[in-house]
Amino acid sequence: MLDKADGQIFSGNVRLVHAVGMHARPAVKLTKLAKKFEAQISVRVEGAAEWINAKSVAKIMAMRAAHGSTIEIKASGSDAEAAVAALVKLVETDFPDEVS
Amino acid sequence: MQGGAAALAYRGRTASIGFAHGPFVRVDADTGGERVAGSLVEEALALRKAIDTASGQIAELAAIAGGEAAQILEFQVALLEDEDFIEEIFAAIGEGDAADVAWRSALDAQIADYNSAEDEYLKARSSDLADLRDRVIMILRGGGGQAVRIPGGAVVCADDLPPSRFLEIDWSGGGGLALLRGSPTSHVAMLARARGIPMVVQLGAVPELGATALLDGEGATLELDPNSEQLRLFEKRREIHRKSRASARAILRRPTALWRGERIKLFINIQHVDDLAHADGQYADGIGLMRTEFLLTERDGLPDEEAQFAAYDAVLRWAGQRPVTIRTFDAGGDKPVPGFTLDGEANPFLGIRGLRLCLARPEIFAVQLRALARAAVRGNLKVMFPMVTSADELEAGRKLFADIVQRLQADGIAAMLPELGIMVEVPAAALAVSSFKASFFSIGSNDLAQYVLACDRSNGALAPLMDPLHPAVLELIARTAEHGRRAGISVSLCGDMASDPRCLPALLNCGLRELSVTTSALAQIKQTIDRLGSGGGLG
Repeated sequence: MLDKADGQIFSGNVRLVHAVGMHARPAVKLTKLAKKFEAQISVRVEGAAEWINAKSVAKIMAMRAAHGSTIEIKASGSDAEAAVAALVKLVETDFPDEVS
Repeated sequence: MQGGAAALAYRGRTASIGFAHGPFVRVDADTGGERVAGSLVEEALALRKAIDTASGQIAELAAIAGGEAAQILEFQVALLEDEDFIEEIFAAIGEGDAADVAWRSALDAQIADYNSAEDEYLKARSSDLADLRDRVIMILRGGGGQAVRIPGGAVVCADDLPPSRFLEIDWSGGGGLALLRGSPTSHVAMLARARGIPMVVQLGAVPELGATALLDGEGATLELDPNSEQLRLFEKRREIHRKSRASARAILRRPTALWRGERIKLFINIQHVDDLAHADGQYADGIGLMRTEFLLTERDGLPDEEAQFAAYDAVLRWAGQRPVTIRTFDAGGDKPVPGFTLDGEANPFLGIRGLRLCLARPEIFAVQLRALARAAVRGNLKVMFPMVTSADELEAGRKLFADIVQRLQADGIAAMLPELGIMVEVPAAALAVSSFKASFFSIGSNDLAQYVLACDRSNGALAPLMDPLHPAVLELIARTAEHGRRAGISVSLCGDMASDPRCLPALLNCGLRELSVTTSALAQIKQTIDRLGSGGGLG
């Protein structure tokens, strides 16, 4: 587990197309999906000072990401690459129901 | 307080009509007793156990409730599973806070944060958090981890009631809901009306104790431990209500409503496709107002063209040959829609709302117009724009619409421009009604009254002034009706006035011959017109 590859950080950016921004339903879906991965995943609204744990629904809600804002995602850990890809897809496709 | 010294009667506001006579049950969450805190470890264990119990209860409720209610509850479960959030609470316990104190202060901080938001959507979530806060605290205080036992047919009394508590109660044996605060427009009121449970809100102070209660959802009264005289009068009112419903139902089935030999067309207002499930709707002359805002709030994201088309098409299919008037998105004012309406307007009722907003957001409006243009070929569709001030706005909307129809047809897609009308709700539109080249007019009396009377209709303190029968409001209604009569253009009224029997004589005397009412009021309105027409009073 201390393999160097695990220390690599993967990242992605995605525009929030959801009409009401990062509110309860999208936040619940995002954290549920993030929890399926081992990786440490952080998100923030582009340019924000603090990174936020993508597995905490309270913090994701508190982020107040608005419709049209860009979300930055970064992850480190064994499945980090897949985690970033999955989360980007979730936001990009506007939180489809089947993901929950 | 008639009929005896021991009798107690309280008056509130109607949220759902009907009558209930049953045991009086107070369900206020606060059990009063303070917990005695244990050691740090005991406190941490107690909270962990309470969270698990709450989580299980909510998941169970969500499974039973399904749909929208389940999604509301899912957020509560996610919060309980949020390790970052929960860890901070355990940290506070580690520093010596009792479990309930630590839990409450963490939830209160979140609630305050949500309440401070500009965003109405986030504010509304704070009641979900309060629901969760109280549930866990009740469990910690030994609330048994179970809902209060409520006997069948009980009159349930609470300060206010969150939707999750309402859903926990078994209403299959009837009963009623009496709230000291609460509102007729709350989530719970909607649930009560949907289930036919009588509900009275804003009762003020009601004593904690009482054995039996009479709840009259029509007169908006609650009587505790009634004497025989009160009981007799209550049963009499209940019987009159029942008979009146029965005779109204008989009149409902008649093909037309007649008033002094003239035909009065009665349409229904719907908020949602599901509203057509109401059996009385089939006796309407058509749909006078289909609101489309539900499409903006029910789904994740703004609805796509197909989802909208499917909704419009379903309503047109239901109506058959009868006309269906669909109103384009009426967001803004007291109906904010995140991602659509503008935040931070100092005076949203006078702001970018209704057609103004749609014209300002053509990319969203165009999707609706495309869906409507395609639906227009499927039935007798009319489309109306809300909140129109000047004729130029109607023409701007018409041009957008016509361009869309042209493009659809060029692509070989079946589409047509439906009849276009406007809501008459801005006083300027009522005064200059002849300047509009509309195929029909529909008077939105709620907003018209609010603007004419300069009374915010969401401000309860102004209720006594907010009189739709004020001569100034009636004058504008009469002018609009008169213009329609002379120009041969249909004029209807779709506000709350149309569903209120007390307003009917005035509306008919203003010259209105078309009314659009809530489906549940259709029978009563038809019956009232019948009585008025045959020289009777309001009965």
